[in-house]
Amino acid sequence: MFPLSTLAAQALLIGGVSVLMAVMISVIDSIVNNYGDVQLDINGKKQVTVKGGSKLLGTLADQGIFLPSACGGRGSCGACKCQVKSDVGPHLPTEVPYLTQQELRENVRLACQVKVKADIGIQIPEELFNIKKLSCTVESMTNLTYDIKEVRLKLPEGSDLTYTAGQYGQIEVPAYGGIREPSARAYSFASAPQEKDTLEFLIRLVPGGTVTTYVHKFLKVGDKINVVAPVGDFRVHDTQAAMICVGGGSGMAPFRSIFRDMEARGVLGERDIWYFFGGHSVKDLYFMDWLKELAAKYERFHFIPAVSEPGPGEVWEGKPARLIDVLAERFKTEIPRELAKEGYLCGSPGMLDASMEIMRKNGMTDDKIYFDKFA
Amino acid sequence: MSYVDPITLLFASIFTSNIILANFLGTCSFIAISKDLGSSNGLGIAVIVVLVLSSAISWPILHYILIPWNMIYLDLFAYIIVVAAVVQALEMIIERVSPALYMSLGIYLPLIVANCAILGVVLFMEIRNYDYVQALIFGLGSGIGWWLAIILAAAMRKKIDKSNVPAGLKGPGITLITMGLMAMAFVGFSGILRVQ
Repeated sequence: MFPLSTLAAQALLIGGVSVLMAVMISVIDSIVNNYGDVQLDINGKKQVTVKGGSKLLGTLADQGIFLPSACGGRGSCGACKCQVKSDVGPHLPTEVPYLTQQELRENVRLACQVKVKADIGIQIPEELFNIKKLSCTVESMTNLTYDIKEVRLKLPEGSDLTYTAGQYGQIEVPAYGGIREPSARAYSFASAPQEKDTLEFLIRLVPGGTVTTYVHKFLKVGDKINVVAPVGDFRVHDTQAAMICVGGGSGMAPFRSIFRDMEARGVLGERDIWYFFGGHSVKDLYFMDWLKELAAKYERFHFIPAVSEPGPGEVWEGKPARLIDVLAERFKTEIPRELAKEGYLCGSPGMLDASMEIMRKNGMTDDKIYFDKFA
Repeated sequence: MSYVDPITLLFASIFTSNIILANFLGTCSFIAISKDLGSSNGLGIAVIVVLVLSSAISWPILHYILIPWNMIYLDLFAYIIVVAAVVQALEMIIERVSPALYMSLGIYLPLIVANCAILGVVLFMEIRNYDYVQALIFGLGSGIGWWLAIILAAAMRKKIDKSNVPAGLKGPGITLITMGLMAMAFVGFSGILRVQ
């Protein structure tokens, strides 16, 4: 039998050496990564003194300027682009895949990858100054389906949030369970901008998802939760073209906001709209009454639901078909070819790519297809 | 084994028992980085620093912890931790001091952890029972030897780039052959003195 004391001595030895080295690293880190105070210049208008050594994204957030970030700074969404005017070294291999040739020339960087080491000047769109971090209170949580919740948040007093239907907010959740750090993910608003004091989100439980799991399992009515908003450029373009909208599952969120906004402004009946919505089975569908009502009320609003595999015992009036197959079929039978069209898509990358392919085949061009891809 | 004085040991570790050309340790980053002279110089200096520091830290661990506690069989664990920590520290320092070098070394900087020349030198230090001064000198000499070999190879590869290399031998192939020829040239030194 292996003596326990030997085992303990081994553990002590390896642990001791590790601790020694960790101390050495943290001492060096505190010396080497101490960049002191640096000047941050934003758009040549706002100059602030910040502490160097952190990533640009976090440094800006500390200053109350929130660049869009769907992935929470992991370098996997490419949303936090900003043009850097000063020299911060060459592009990193982690940035290059998200940047176009033109952006590379203009020194557009991913703020979550660039470290603030010296005085730095950046150029960001003016509207980003409007993005705020709002401490909201959970007003209600409703199960729309077995895995999608409607979460209504009450905005703090006097927050005066103005946004465009189709934009999104980043919900921040604290560290919980095995997740050591606070996380943030982007969710489209489902509420209409006219509702001044509340925000609504449709949040689907993603197995293993950090934020969705927190929202579904831990968040309660009355809790405080931070939302960084408004972000994003997904919105209805002000033309007379017919809108071909595709958003299955929780991808309905921006369309719920858009349709409610158009209805509130009294313009919902003024252009042709096809909304394709679907799920695997009937139990994945929700807000059906509302959508059918809209279709009945407005002649030019067409609501097309799809179910691919009705579950046992479920009644589905139509033929079972996948959402994108229904989209392709309606292009043949119902949507006039000569009509000027715009595509609006929200959902998973796979569904989006398939929908765009169908739209292209039916004569639509990429510059008229707008989308909000789940990152 | 007879005592080797430090000057001889320094000379021996650079020339006669060169860590890469006599022992063939640390070849992967050697082949990858030697295509550029500037990066070779940078990586060579980084290896020198890592070798000296790893030897400097590993020796006391060996003589004041592993041997008294009778746990020499854990030497690999202890050395690997030391080497990894030294490389991590060096990585932070290079990122601060020379971002250009940091970019050009790329993945090969953290890969110094897996550079067998480092672990090899530390293990030689143990097997050959060096004292502290010898350990430092041997680390320094081996580092200089590795640096010398890689910049010589890089300089040669500059010439090779301009010559007509058979397609199948381009890149690593011709580099390995070059290394072999360099090793043969270094064998010439081994008649001067021999340290094993």
